[in-house]
Amino acid sequence: MVCESWKTKLETYLDAELASERMREFDAHVHSCASCAADALDQVQMKRAIQVAGKRFVPSADFRRRVQNSIAKKPQRSFRMAWMLAAAAMVLIVGSLTSAYLAARSGRDRTFSEIADLHVETLASSTPVDVISTDRHTVKPWFQGKIPFAFNLPELQNTEISLLGGRMTYLDQTPGAHLIYDVRKHHISVFVFQERALPASLNASSRAPKTSPFNMETWSQNGLRYFVIGDASPTDINHLANLFKAASS
Amino acid sequence: MRPALFYYVDVSAADPHLDSFEELAMPLFDQLYNFAHWLTHNREEAEDLVQETYAKALKGFSSFELGTNFRAWIYRILRNTFLTSRKGLKVTMTVPLDAEEDGQEVAIERDTPETILFARANQEQLASAMDALPVYFREILLLCEVEEMSYQEIAETLSVPMGTVMSRLSRARKALRDRLRNQLEGTAGATAIVKGTNHGL
Repeated sequence: MVCESWKTKLETYLDAELASERMREFDAHVHSCASCAADALDQVQMKRAIQVAGKRFVPSADFRRRVQNSIAKKPQRSFRMAWMLAAAAMVLIVGSLTSAYLAARSGRDRTFSEIADLHVETLASSTPVDVISTDRHTVKPWFQGKIPFAFNLPELQNTEISLLGGRMTYLDQTPGAHLIYDVRKHHISVFVFQERALPASLNASSRAPKTSPFNMETWSQNGLRYFVIGDASPTDINHLANLFKAASS
Repeated sequence: MRPALFYYVDVSAADPHLDSFEELAMPLFDQLYNFAHWLTHNREEAEDLVQETYAKALKGFSSFELGTNFRAWIYRILRNTFLTSRKGLKVTMTVPLDAEEDGQEVAIERDTPETILFARANQEQLASAMDALPVYFREILLLCEVEEMSYQEIAETLSVPMGTVMSRLSRARKALRDRLRNQLEGTAGATAIVKGTNHGL
């Protein structure tokens, strides 16, 4: 093929992603090579066509207004007086509660609270797991390609704990694994995330807050952060946590 | 009728940092909606997705570092929200099976030059070909060509390395060319059959 070394970089050149010196060299080459100039023209044509076809969907004015209002600092003044008074009172109450709440809760507590929310939200869902299996050799491979890390699931033979399945989850825009176990009809969630992707406020020695309505254990091992949470007894939570620690050591 | 999820909370009173949220987020509204519609293929679902994205972004704005890339940050929230939705989970089942080699680029090979291919296709045919692409190809083409994001911004939005952005983008363009070519050849074939039938009559 003519000019193969140039052509491999053509897309990067047209996306203006080459270093400036390389861009200048490419400019000079395209001006002197008919074959590369023709290919560049083709590519530009394609980029333009995608750009035009891609700007296709426009939100309605009503939807824009609704979203704008939802993030606005204060409700609009055009509402009826009664609604305004009620809304104003609500804003004051919720605003001060939010302020107090936000001030009182540290980044670490927020993470633990999010974990508890994820646990409750999943159990309340009509489809709590996306991979339904009691076999760890089925559940573990399901996560391949979905999360950017691998982890081990413990052997549960001769225990009262059984695996129900798993699902993908997100914490602070970080993908992770969520596994659900059953022990004497209590559901326990195990969350696994990459430690480095979590907030800096959560360090290797972080402990679960005692004020949590659930029993929780968390630890860091081999660069992964584990959370075991549920309304099962602290002994059962600790037992499952130890099985995970042993499986990953 | 979907339940109203909007509420009013004077969050800016708690943190002056939040004053700038509206200024940063609302100029991206049309683009985010367009992107959401391409992901969901549905107006109502796109509205739900955008609405949830703004609610999550507002809630998490205190963790956003001013001066860093807000656009990549909010697009990442929208994309992650989509991927954890019921529809998003279905499309993650179709992740690319072949490995994505970082930074491995190949020379473009094609039978029909784009000047001819894209001149023959009208906007509807091109949109239809884009619609039929797997979501991981569709999203990267939109981020690059429509949103005009740099490779670095795309890498931040998709949470993948720069090398993956380059190779995936290249494969997405090839997939679009192939699909469009097949579509046009299919149309040409159908026209020929109709013409043949007419001749027969």
